[in-house]
Amino acid sequence: MICAGIDIGSRSIELVLVENQKVIETRQTDTGFDPISQAKKVMEGIKFDKIMATGYGRNLFELAYDDALTVTEIKAHAAGVRLEFPEALAILDIGGQDSKSIRLNEQGRVMKFEMNDRCAAGTGKFLEIMAQNLGFALDEFGPAALAAQKDLQINSMCTVFAESEVTSLIAKGQDRQEIARGLHLSVVKRAVGMLNRVGAQGPIVFSGGVAQNPCMVKMVSDALAKEILVPESPQMMGALGAAMIMDARG
Amino acid sequence: MSNDYAPMWESLGMDLKAHDALLDVLGQGYQDIYLAQKNRPEGMSYFDFVMSEVHGLRIKELLDEKKQNRKIIGSYCVFVPEEIVLAGGATLVGLCSGADFAIEDVEKHLPRNTCSLIKSSFGFKLGRVCPYLESADMIVGENTCDGKKKAYETFAGMVDNLYVMDLPQVKSSQGRSLLKKEFERFKTAVEELTGNKITVDTLKEGIKVVNAKRAALHRLATLRKADPVPISGLDALLANQVFFYDNPARFTESVNKICDELEVRIKENQGVFPAKTPRILISGCPMAVPNWKLPWIIETSGAVIVGEESCVGERGTRNLTDDSGQSLDELMEAVTDRYFKVDCAIFTPNQKRSDHIVEMAKAYGANGVIHYGLQFCQPYIMESIPVENTLENLGIPCMRIETDYGMEDMGQLKTRVEAFIEQISD
Ligand code: SF4
Ligand code: SF4
Repeated sequence: MICAGIDIGSRSIELVLVENQKVIETRQTDTGFDPISQAKKVMEGIKFDKIMATGYGRNLFELAYDDALTVTEIKAHAAGVRLEFPEALAILDIGGQDSKSIRLNEQGRVMKFEMNDRCAAGTGKFLEIMAQNLGFALDEFGPAALAAQKDLQINSMCTVFAESEVTSLIAKGQDRQEIARGLHLSVVKRAVGMLNRVGAQGPIVFSGGVAQNPCMVKMVSDALAKEILVPESPQMMGALGAAMIMDARG
Repeated sequence: MSNDYAPMWESLGMDLKAHDALLDVLGQGYQDIYLAQKNRPEGMSYFDFVMSEVHGLRIKELLDEKKQNRKIIGSYCVFVPEEIVLAGGATLVGLCSGADFAIEDVEKHLPRNTCSLIKSSFGFKLGRVCPYLESADMIVGENTCDGKKKAYETFAGMVDNLYVMDLPQVKSSQGRSLLKKEFERFKTAVEELTGNKITVDTLKEGIKVVNAKRAALHRLATLRKADPVPISGLDALLANQVFFYDNPARFTESVNKICDELEVRIKENQGVFPAKTPRILISGCPMAVPNWKLPWIIETSGAVIVGEESCVGERGTRNLTDDSGQSLDELMEAVTDRYFKVDCAIFTPNQKRSDHIVEMAKAYGANGVIHYGLQFCQPYIMESIPVENTLENLGIPCMRIETDYGMEDMGQLKTRVEAFIEQISD
């Protein structure tokens, strides 16, 4: 039996196909303005027996696709992460629109989780907007911040206020890379706070799209004073987990 | 609701257009949330009727009572003793405050970061959409949280019949004597309002009537211990909400009738949700009509609510008043004793509330507790942290939610609630 997992996030959609607990295919596309037709596009030409949806668009997908089941991002990420790192006891997941921390027990069960509040502070969206403000492409943003010589304090957590703070820092002639680093640091502080709130201990995995940012990974692990595990494709963990949960159910 | 009531509303000085808009929203919400449920007990049709006539028939009844010279007293808190109101020959109605209304007007008087409940009470007044408020001969405010007590200072200028009751904050002997004195003062105020002297007999009778409606709710609560649960949490919440404004005797009778039906259901092993559905206890801020957002999300996400540790729920109704006293003073002592046990988060310290949550979680077989705090409500939100710690140390999962009456966080809330249900179910 082939099981599909689809993660409909605010920014991207991932699809993973699994057979007998082995990944046989992965795909990804932008969410765009019409998540459901994007989801259908990503599913074109593939065959599967069962599908499980996760991510913020999961309920929409369930309505559009009769046979779909749903699972939350929290449980899906936990399942995906444990597949790659069976020893993981905590997860930091930062995606496009929200960020989460999850504590697991030895068996991989979710024991406690936290999610960010309604706004975009501390999420991928925040970093994306700030990169734009500073004239960096998203994939240059992390490396540029990493290369900065020192941290620059950014005081605003709110995306809108942070934007104006950045504008005035630029006007003052501050170094672009240092501003970038300061912005990363403010996301890291929130993330670490969230991990502390669930009582994260033991091996911690960083998943979600933002884990592809090398500066974020470095700074989170510096802040926690320990190594952070990062999956090969951190943005795939939700879809992978959903497919695995479906497959395990049989 | 039929428009026959328009002249009545108009005579109360209400804003008909705004009121129509409110009723539309309420009606639609009720349809989507309540009537869309499956397997509801037949007895709930009574509450459906009450809700459909909430601004109609019930108001007409109250106005008829007023014509007979009976006074109507409105309250915002479970600390206002209905026993005394009834003993004085008056009727008590709860003023609900469960929806955002006229927010721009409200924010001219209150800071934006005030809890939705307080804002709503202002909104209903400023928007002139609440017939209960408009028909009340006396409105009782009480010095509970800082938000409320300061808000009443402003509210006093908006209505001409506000009576403010002071409340203790510590469960000490001084605290108790303050409460007793305030209840004595309230008794006198009721007597002055109604022109009736409260006697041993009328107070005994008042106690009996209120105890009976509480006892009916106890019976309902007990039936929710069964698995499968014979009634949804939404329906039970509705009963707890209607408690505050229906005619007491009719309410008691209707709840008991539902209980008869539920007992049969339990015997036949029939439930509203399948057996083994994850069970959730809600704890925290009161949920006034029509604040159904969180319960609705929970019960459409695969769990059932088995109890509410709330003033609109067990915190407000669990204790009865001893009616054995022979003198007025003995009875007033009993009333004081009863209310002094209410473990509102404005008290400090407030260990009893945590204990009660644990006790309820166990008694109702809850798999987890969702602590509900209205945004900007300091007493309950602050208390939610020690409550969570206590529960988790006992191995009872707890999730804290902070929200308001707005709908923009529906998606977020749904994800949290679903994830919590997953957490407690496998
Ligand atoms: S929570 Fe406290 S202030 Fe609010 S109704 Fe209950 S007892 Fe009154
Ligand atoms: S106790 Fe909390 S919810 Fe109740 S009125 Fe005060 S701030 Fe609002």
